[in-house]
Amino acid sequence: MLEDIFNVVKSRFDPEPKNQSSGKVKIPSDLLFKCPRCQNVMFMDDFKGNAKVCSACGYHARLTAAERLDMTADKGSFIEYDKGMASLNPLDFPDYSQKLQELKQKTGMNEAIITGECTIRTRPCVIGIMDSHFMMASMGSVVGEKVTRAFERAAEKNLPVVLFTASGGARMQEGIISLMQMAKTSAAVGRHSAKGLLYITVLTDPTTGGVTASFASLGDIIIAEPKILVGFAGRRVIEGTIKQRLPDDFQSAEFLLQHGFIDMIVERRKMRKTLSRLISYHQPEREGVYHG
Amino acid sequence: MANLTAWERLTIVRNKNRPTVRDYIPLIFDDFYEMHGDRCFGDDRAIIGGVAMLGGTAVTVIAEVKGRNIEENKESNFAMPHPEGYRKALRLARQAEKFHRPIICFIDTPGAFCGIGAEERGQGEAIARNLMEFFDVKVPIVSIVLGEGGSGGALALGICDELAMLENALYSVISPRGCASILWKDASREMEAANISKITADDLLQFGVCEVIIKEPLGGAHTNPQQMAESISEYLFDAVDRLSKIPLAKLLDSRYNKFRKIGVFEE
Repeated sequence: MLEDIFNVVKSRFDPEPKNQSSGKVKIPSDLLFKCPRCQNVMFMDDFKGNAKVCSACGYHARLTAAERLDMTADKGSFIEYDKGMASLNPLDFPDYSQKLQELKQKTGMNEAIITGECTIRTRPCVIGIMDSHFMMASMGSVVGEKVTRAFERAAEKNLPVVLFTASGGARMQEGIISLMQMAKTSAAVGRHSAKGLLYITVLTDPTTGGVTASFASLGDIIIAEPKILVGFAGRRVIEGTIKQRLPDDFQSAEFLLQHGFIDMIVERRKMRKTLSRLISYHQPEREGVYHG
Repeated sequence: MANLTAWERLTIVRNKNRPTVRDYIPLIFDDFYEMHGDRCFGDDRAIIGGVAMLGGTAVTVIAEVKGRNIEENKESNFAMPHPEGYRKALRLARQAEKFHRPIICFIDTPGAFCGIGAEERGQGEAIARNLMEFFDVKVPIVSIVLGEGGSGGALALGICDELAMLENALYSVISPRGCASILWKDASREMEAANISKITADDLLQFGVCEVIIKEPLGGAHTNPQQMAESISEYLFDAVDRLSKIPLAKLLDSRYNKFRKIGVFEE
């Protein structure tokens, strides 16, 4: 309180108040959205009405898994797998259990991914959606196990897999066990693939580290949302190594397309149709079964 | 030697006299012929590979290379591979498969290189592809961690039927330094980070990640490289012989299950 008063007094006498010179204005987070890419400011209602896409630069902002599912799957078609699976603390890593508890309460999720079966414009598939709001969707045992089971079940049932990726990488708090999830998930992708089944990866903001270096890079078809960040190493790590600033579009979806690592960039509002059409090309319509 | 902390072991594996794979190859194998290049972009000197004789058996050797001095380290980029290194490794693994040669991988890297070229050429994709495809390589694969096994850059040569670690070797998801800087925003606390991260050979044996620990001479491998090479050699003769007798379908299933069972969670 008292400190605030002093600050007010101080600001009146300060010829160049700090918050003006740095161009920062405090905005209530529930009213306005400020694009982290182009700094454009939108009303939150307009932003949400635009599927959380920046109207100025087309940046596709992060969604919760529930929002993504709602935009992608046919209403009421989703049957969740392994809903109750939750992480333990195999290394007794300091503060990890507590952090998990807090995130469970804050996000209402048990872990950083939901998996299950659904239809997309009547096309059945196994779907996985990672959610960066849960510990930056880092991959520990639960993410690894749920992804692996999703591919194993899809292989059993002859279903395609659609995976929306987002991740900060492997989950440091689970040590070597988290690293091994990269191997485990990649092996499961391989077995699904060997049955001649389709796997579509949709890279969303941000997909990095151990997830980029495992199942996210292994789709038969790899799609990315516009303007998102995808890479192996963190930007700051690279800048630290080479001692220079990286260009703004480094590790963007557009950068990946240019270098030949993704098949296409698809806008969010066209994603559902694109996915269902691509699935249909790999799963010839049988009379009386699908009506997509 | 049994009671050393992870940090003490890290000091041993970073000792400048610790033998590298270049020291071991002539001591373990006969007539190593190096093969170069990924047939796509270039020849990464951080990973070497080729054919050699292990006793009477022709094998393919794929190895991450630490330098023994500054010149060697410049050449091998301090054992931090680029994507073309991992692609060379996969090419040689497929070659080994074609000619029914067992594969022996030596892991010794602080991690895959982080840089502009590495990203432009798909570091993530290169590692991911190795992870998936090595599960399908239809010959026995043995991997040995010689010193540091750093994250995905190590795992890309770590899909195997049996993983052995030298007694003081470490294998981790993130370097202790990286862990400390994320956890406490203070990279100088790497000793503390090393000791809580459970990265020693003993830890990994307990987690079911590694199967065998190869004892080092007292004080570490650098005190007696000849003796160290003999121990590695003895292990390799046994492992290659044992794994070669397993029917292929069973071998590939066990390789899948070795990794499939790793994970700690509740439902």
